[in-house]
Amino acid sequence: MNLTLKIWRQKNASDKGKLVDYKISDVSPDMSFLEMLDVLNEQLINEGDEPVAFDHDCREGICGMCSLYINGEAHGPDRGVTTCQLHMRMFKDGDTIFIEPFRAKAFPVVKDLVVDRSSFDRIQHAGGFISVNTSGNTIDANAIPVNKADADKAFEAATCIGCGACVATCKNSSAMLFVGAKVSQFALLPQGKVEATDRVLNMVRQMDEEGFGNCTNTGACEVECPKGISLENIARMNREYLKASLKG
Amino acid sequence: MSGILNSSIGRKFAMALSALFLMFFLLQHFAINILSVFSPETFNSTSHFMGTFPLVQYVLQPVLIFGVIFHFVMGFVLEIRNNKAREVSYAKNNGGANSTWMSRNMIWSGLAILAFICLHFYDFWFPEINTKFIQGDMTGLIDPNNADSGFRYFEELQHKFESHVRTIIYVIAFVLLALHLLHGFNSAFQSVGANNKYTKGLKNFGKLYAIIIPLGFIFIAIFHHLKHVLS
Repeated sequence: MNLTLKIWRQKNASDKGKLVDYKISDVSPDMSFLEMLDVLNEQLINEGDEPVAFDHDCREGICGMCSLYINGEAHGPDRGVTTCQLHMRMFKDGDTIFIEPFRAKAFPVVKDLVVDRSSFDRIQHAGGFISVNTSGNTIDANAIPVNKADADKAFEAATCIGCGACVATCKNSSAMLFVGAKVSQFALLPQGKVEATDRVLNMVRQMDEEGFGNCTNTGACEVECPKGISLENIARMNREYLKASLKG
Repeated sequence: MSGILNSSIGRKFAMALSALFLMFFLLQHFAINILSVFSPETFNSTSHFMGTFPLVQYVLQPVLIFGVIFHFVMGFVLEIRNNKAREVSYAKNNGGANSTWMSRNMIWSGLAILAFICLHFYDFWFPEINTKFIQGDMTGLIDPNNADSGFRYFEELQHKFESHVRTIIYVIAFVLLALHLLHGFNSAFQSVGANNKYTKGLKNFGKLYAIIIPLGFIFIAIFHHLKHVLS
């Protein structure tokens, strides 16, 4: 396949940035999208140009490191996959592909397609954990029976890899699917109920402080989420938050 | 509890509560208006009751006006805050791939409804307030000095829909209201945390509500307009 790529190039956080056109030839439909970018970077390096900076790590769709807004969609046009698992067979010979960074005030661009998603880390630090005594008296998690339906829902919420596609795709740059998943993961389990009130209040407060927008329930996040995290988690977070606010 | 309205979820919750209240009011408004098609007498007596009953006039009406203003102001506040959350727009954004047009354009359908409400107030609410509270005529009669003249409500309604332009504006406004409700109905339930085994049924009911109620209002406007044109 021969493709035209319109890639966002930005030297650093303070640079204005712009879309730059690149031509790439002989792209195999079996390549992943990131492999295609690797080939482009080799080409750029051989021509003496600056390679395109982009995030990646495991390339197995589980680390949440890769991002990219491809042809107007987070992680590209395929469903239920991250960019590293997006294959070039999703495109046609002669296509023009727009490649932009995930855009949100809370995800500032570091360079080219690399964005700083540490706002997610700070939300997690605010309450995305359970406090367990590790002094040698740790209770085996399996000692506490958990309802199968709740365990399944908690597991589904826990599959969130924190990639930020929900924020990138939301017209309001809202992080509520991410925070909803993290709140739900613990709210459904007995181990998480102890700190449930503080958790949801602190995580939502941190989310608001980071400058994410308000959810208007468009549902775009659920569609674009590579792990299929359900909107049900946002509703659960809303309930947990309102309950916690009444208590607090 | 303090400061709940300063949080993103608190604002969503308040927005949803005002929306649920307004949707309930809309249903009540429709139930009375449709009477004008089937029984002008019942429409007149119900309108007179609603227009003079103290609980409706001095408690529910102020609550309704507060609800309308709150919903619009909060809608603008959320829109402004949400726009600030993304300082640089995407060069290419395929919103249609993952969300409905209605859900992405609530501010525009909302603004159109706001403009319609201004016209609706000019048409009905301000003249009503003028008659009752400025001129002091609480009789509801066409001629306040003649008890046999009959109630004025049905006649006023018919008179308004004599105009082609006004009827067309009303029809367009209710199409936009339907689009607003197609997203807003279910969105309100999601915001108050209701997403469970009943959600699928509720979504279907929401679609029916969002289509049938505005369609009913359109029917009323066209019915009275055609009645005038054909008479």
